[in-house]
Parts: sequence; structure tokens; C-alpha cells
Amino acid sequence: MAIDILMPALSPTMEQGKLAKWLKKEGDQVKPGDVLAEIETDKATMEVEAIDEGVLAKILVSDGTDNVAVNTPIAILAGEGEDVSAAASSAKAPAASAPEAQPAPTPDMQAEGLTDRPAPAERPQQTDLSTPAAPSVITNRSSYNAMAEIPEGTELVNMTVREALRDAMAEEMRKDGSVFVMGEEVAEYQGAYKVTQGLLQEFGAKRVIDTPITEHGFAGVGVGAAFTGLRPIVEFMTFNFAMQAIDHIINSAAKTLYMSGGQLGAPIVFRGPNGAAARVGAQHSHDYSAWYSNVPGLKVVSPYTAADAKGLLKSAIRDPNPIIFLENEILYGQSFPVPKLDDFTVPIGKARIHREGKDVTIVSFSIGMTYALKAAQELEKEGIDAEVIDLRTLRPMDTDTIVASVMKTGRCVTVEEGFPQSGIGAEIAMRIMENAFDYLDAPVARVTGKDVPMPYAANLEKLALPNVAEVVQAAKAVCYR
Amino acid sequence: MAVAARKAGRAGAGAANKTTSTKGSTRGAAFNSPQFDKNQDLSAYNEMLLIRRFEEKSGQMYGMGLIGGFCHLYIGQEAVVVGMQMATKEGDQVITGYRDHGHMLACGMDAKGVMAELTGRRGGLSKGKGGSMHMFSKEKHFYGGHGIVGAQVSLGTGIAFANHYRENGNVCLTYFGDGAANQGQVYESFNMAQLWKLPVVYVIENNRYAMGTSVSRASAQTDFSKRGVSFGIPGEQVDGMDIRAVYAAGQRAIEHARSGKGPYILEMQTYRYRGHSMSDPAKYRTKDEVTRMREEHDPIEQVRRRLLESWKLSEDELKAIDSRVREIVNEAAEFATHDPEPDPSELYTDILL
Repeated sequence: MAIDILMPALSPTMEQGKLAKWLKKEGDQVKPGDVLAEIETDKATMEVEAIDEGVLAKILVSDGTDNVAVNTPIAILAGEGEDVSAAASSAKAPAASAPEAQPAPTPDMQAEGLTDRPAPAERPQQTDLSTPAAPSVITNRSSYNAMAEIPEGTELVNMTVREALRDAMAEEMRKDGSVFVMGEEVAEYQGAYKVTQGLLQEFGAKRVIDTPITEHGFAGVGVGAAFTGLRPIVEFMTFNFAMQAIDHIINSAAKTLYMSGGQLGAPIVFRGPNGAAARVGAQHSHDYSAWYSNVPGLKVVSPYTAADAKGLLKSAIRDPNPIIFLENEILYGQSFPVPKLDDFTVPIGKARIHREGKDVTIVSFSIGMTYALKAAQELEKEGIDAEVIDLRTLRPMDTDTIVASVMKTGRCVTVEEGFPQSGIGAEIAMRIMENAFDYLDAPVARVTGKDVPMPYAANLEKLALPNVAEVVQAAKAVCYR
Repeated sequence: MAVAARKAGRAGAGAANKTTSTKGSTRGAAFNSPQFDKNQDLSAYNEMLLIRRFEEKSGQMYGMGLIGGFCHLYIGQEAVVVGMQMATKEGDQVITGYRDHGHMLACGMDAKGVMAELTGRRGGLSKGKGGSMHMFSKEKHFYGGHGIVGAQVSLGTGIAFANHYRENGNVCLTYFGDGAANQGQVYESFNMAQLWKLPVVYVIENNRYAMGTSVSRASAQTDFSKRGVSFGIPGEQVDGMDIRAVYAAGQRAIEHARSGKGPYILEMQTYRYRGHSMSDPAKYRTKDEVTRMREEHDPIEQVRRRLLESWKLSEDELKAIDSRVREIVNEAAEFATHDPEPDPSELYTDILL
């Protein structure tokens, strides 16, 4: 049967164009790929190629015609063995046969400043065009009991966060041959911060891999290996250097599961120290908690205690998703009691009430907990009983535990070393407004790092970081004291 | 001979090109184009024709507004991926950038699923959530489909790392273009691949234009086969329009990588007939250049001529192949036009496992 050749669009925004020139004439034999005509807009030119084989029976729109609407039939092709004159006379009114199309706006379109759409559309039936509701972050379950993570009567041994992290990796590497560690100085040097101490000796160079100084490259290598089902632990000497690799963390690791319709995920852990150490200046002191917590497709973990560091890192290594595991250099050397269990894990996504109280909720994580806990002690002296929540995981954030606590205390202060704008504290405040606004007796207050690149001078650095006095002051303010 | 003709054709466009010579530390001799037997030519013709017809149909459907966003067609470059696939064995992986439809079809992925992904429908290979640049198939060992120029090079090196780790004997074919070849992570990957002797073949599809910027305007070293020299990675320039040359070079490169000698670079000298994406100003090259490439070096036409002249197939027999291919493409287009869009509930699935 006769085939209509339609005016094509060069972009989803194009509505009409000029039919500049016919390169074939009526009666010509054409085969797929033959250039039939040239069309032009003010931005681009394009050749119209034949898709089907046949004879060009009739040209409907002649050379040099301006403003030809997209999808208008411009010629008729007689199929093989078909009568050419019959085909030629089958011309319909152009408007009637225009297929409908309604592509979504594209970046191209915005860049070109075009907002009009081409003709409306052959589009599958869609009965419900409303946006489905996002899965609720509030589960309405009673608050998670972190105490149950450690069975009663379990022996506790003191160890540093550094040792806890090392033990977590070693235990998982013993259990699963697909787990390996890669990064700068993780093997022979024994870890730039000694977190991987002894792993090379136990597991060998095949599984404990010193990389060149090449964050972008080895992050991509790690993600590629994870696509095949291996379970890499990629150590960044600090997360400041992961900025060179952030494309692979976000575009390659976090998005692929979604983009593949669930076929291909990346079971990978990116870990290393995050945030300020001491006197290392702006390029080695950035806290990236809020950055990574912004991205769907990632889980973001940032423990404070050695027990949580161990239990969460073991869970992270087993998790099938890409995990950002944010450690803290200053905490590495601090000791905490850690349960002596063969296989101690802590679930990702659950906060822990570190200190119970009734007057004000202080929410923090990682090294922020040191300010929060000292502030709670100070506040106690002044008769304010603070509850301190250690988030432990930033994404998915345990809104349940925060909300349950705020419903009890009616007041909340957030504490973090990161910058104030779009920070973790801002997110917590919003979630409280969404879920417990009526329970609030005061606006949520936040204590953060100052809105400046980290200075080097000792006095300025101290000023740039949060401190206990600020937390105490904020807590008193929300208690109207 | 095709190689010589190609050389002449290119000289006219002002690019200095050598053909099918070898570079790097291990090879010095030039290779003659090997011959294909009838079955190889037939298979090459079928596969390349499928890609061409599929892409023509994609372009048409884009013009009708059924495909949105970006759509990068592979027309003109078909011999590269088809020839390389002929040199692989089951288990070898493929990863590429955004001009990926041809790679998916050559890996054996279902034309319907690819086309339905282009139209954003639920039967698409990524359930309509990935689009033209983002499709994957574990079953066919195809790892995407990546929209960030150069990212696939580190990722492919990582897939090769996993082969090495597992000692499974597989090789990862990592494709990228002359544009991506200037990205820093490419050299980070070259370094690690050679340092650790990873089984990876870097296939640089030099189609002479990174979007609209010609190789000579973007690259200080336009001989891409030399891009691994400082890492000691051997490389060759290959006539990427002659599938026989591609296949032979692919065999050499894959054998090198599989035998534990590390990475290998193949610069495929090829040509893209269509624009970078669909909206292309077509001002950065002359029409004559495109026409000459199509008329003198078309990869499919070369095979077609051999089928007619050397293998004495009739026009009718070729027409029958053409009809079968067209049927596959038309079925795919039909499916992709009428398959429903994803259910709204799919918005929140596949974010985490």
C-alpha cells in the first residue's frame, strides 16, 4: 500500500521547517537510506532519508516551501509492485493524517528558549496522571529499640573506632571471597590512617589493593567490578579527594539500578574520613554529609561509636546498594565498648537514642555527637534533661525516632560540623515540621559549622567549628531559658 | 582495494590518516585485510543491516515525536561493533557510551525491548526508565549505555578487573569515541589496566567528530592508537569501515588481552553519517565529505558487493534478507508505539535493592 512520507522533526521542539530541496523526483526508484530531500530550520539542517523501498509516486510539498508543519505528508511512496498512479492519487488532506505526538520538554528545548510543543500525540492510554505518593518515611511503628542490638549479658571490650573498622572489614573478607579493599596506601603502608592495618598480611595483595593516586579512575574501576557482583570496599584517603570521583559515585553507582529497571546494581562501599580533622585547611576539611544524603540510590552512614562503626560497616559491606560510609579522623583514635560477638551487625537506617531525656531533643551524628553529649552534661547541671539521638545513618533517615522524641520533648536542636545551608539540620527541621509541627513548643534550632571555607589559623578554625557552648545556648533558647 | 580507496577519500578531507598500520611496542608489520567466507559475509550483512534499518526507523520515529530527548544514531559505524562481536566468545563483556543502540543489537538484545526503551514504554529493556543512553543486559553481558562521556572507560576497566579477580578468562570490550579519548579518566584507566594486566580491549571509535568538533580541532595527537604509548599499551589503527579488518584486529586484540598480556587499543577509523544527535546544525563538515564516505566506503555496501560478486547471491536473495530484517524492525517499532507507558507506581521502584 502507498506510504506517506512525513515532514520529520529535527528536535522535539520543532513545529515546522522549510522543505529546502528535493533530491529525488517523481517516478524515481528509491531504496532505504536514499536521501530524498533536505529540510531546514533556522538552527539546523537535516536530510530526509527513505525508510522503505519503492517508487516516489507523488511529491506533495514542493521545493522551497516554508513553514511545513511537522508530520505533514510531503510525498507518497508506492510500495513494491504497486501501481504508481493509484498510489499518487491516494493523497489525503495533510492535516487529517498527521500522527499525534507530544514529547516531553528536553534540556535542548529549554536551552533554545522554546516552550511550544509540536502537535499532540499518539500516546498510550493513561488513566491516572497524578503523581503517586512517595513511600512514607514515617512507619508509625513504635520507636526502634537500639538496645536490642546487643543481647543482654554480652561481654564488651574497649577498642578504638579504627580497630573496629578494621575488624569489620576483616570479618566480612573472611566470610565472603568477593569482598576486597582498594585505595591509596591501603596495603603496604597499612592505611594512610592505619584503618586497613594488617589486612594485606591476612588477605594478600589480590584482595588488598594499593591503587595509584587516581580517585576518578579507581572509583570507576570499583563500580565496574561491583556491576559484575564483586563487593568492593573503596577507601578514599579522605572524602575531600572523592570530589574527583563523585561522578562515578553518583552517575554510575547511585543511578544505574534505576536506569536499568532494576537489573544492574552496584554493591559497593565508599569509605574514608569525612569532615574536619585539625589544622589542614579548607581543601582537607569539608563535611560532605549533606551532599551525599541528597542523592536517591545511595545509603549514607556516619557512625560515632566504635560499636556502631563495626556493626554498620559489616552491614554496609553486605548491603546490595552503594553505600557512602563517612568516618571521622578525630574519632579514629577514640575508644568505646564494643560487644564481643561472632557476628555483630547494626541495621542501616536506624538511629539510636544515646541518652534519654525529657526536656529537649538533640539530634546529631559522627563527631557532632561529642558536642551534643558534652552539652547534655552541661544542661543537666542547669536542670535541663536532654535526650540525645545519634542518627548513625543519614540516608535513609530514621524520621520515626526523631519524631517520637520530639513528640515527647517538644523541642529540638540539631548539631553538625557541615555548613548550614541545605544541611542535615535543615532536613531534620523540615521533617519535624511535616510530622510533628503541633508538638513543637519552639522553633527547631541548628548548630552547624560556620558558613566559611575552613580557615587554617588555630583560633579561626576553632571559631569555624561548632562548640559545646553553642549547643548549650541553642538548647536553652528552645527551652526559653 | 577498500583500504586504499579509503585513504584517498580521507586525504581529500584534510585529515592525515594512516590505515591499518600498527603502533605501540609489540607490532610493526601492516596487516592485509583477511578474507571472509560466505557464511561470515552473510552473517555480517544480516547484523549490520539490522542495525542500519533499526537506526533509520529510530530516526523516523524521533521525527514523529515518539522518541524524546536525545537519540544518537550509529549509522555508518556498523562494521565496528559487528566485526568486534564476531571476534568475541561467550562471556566477554561489552560497555559503551551513549551511541549504543548498535552495540545492544550486536550483543543480541531484543530489538523490541530496545525500541520500546527509546519510546519510554514499560516493555523497554529498562522498563522505560533509562532511555536511549541507558540500557543493560546481564544475560547478554552488556553493561550499558552510559551518558557521561568517558565514564564507561573506568567502568569497563573495572569489569576487566573483575574478570582478572575471578580468573574467568573473559575480556571486556570497552568502546569510546575520539571525543571521550581526551577525558582524564581514560588515562587513569589505561595506567591501572596495564599496571595490573587487566583483560580489556579499548575500542576507540574515531568517527572524526566529537559532536561538531573535528578530531584535528580537539586532539593534539590524532593517532589514537598511540594514546597508550606512555603506558606501554600496544595499539593499532584499523579501517573501521571494512568489517574484515575489524574482525582480524579484534581477534588479535582479544587474544592479547585474554592471554594475560593486559590491555590493547584499537582505533577504529569510522564515520557517522548522521548528526551527533537528532538536532544537528550540519555546518561543521561538508555534504561532499558525507556523500563520499557513504558512496565509497559504506561498510554494508562493501559486504553486499562481495555477496553479489564473490558469492554469487542474487538480488532476490539479498532482497529476502532485507525483508526479514525490515520485518524485525517494523515489529519492534509497532511494539514500541503501542506498548503502554510505565505504570505510575514504577516511579518509586528500583531505587534501592
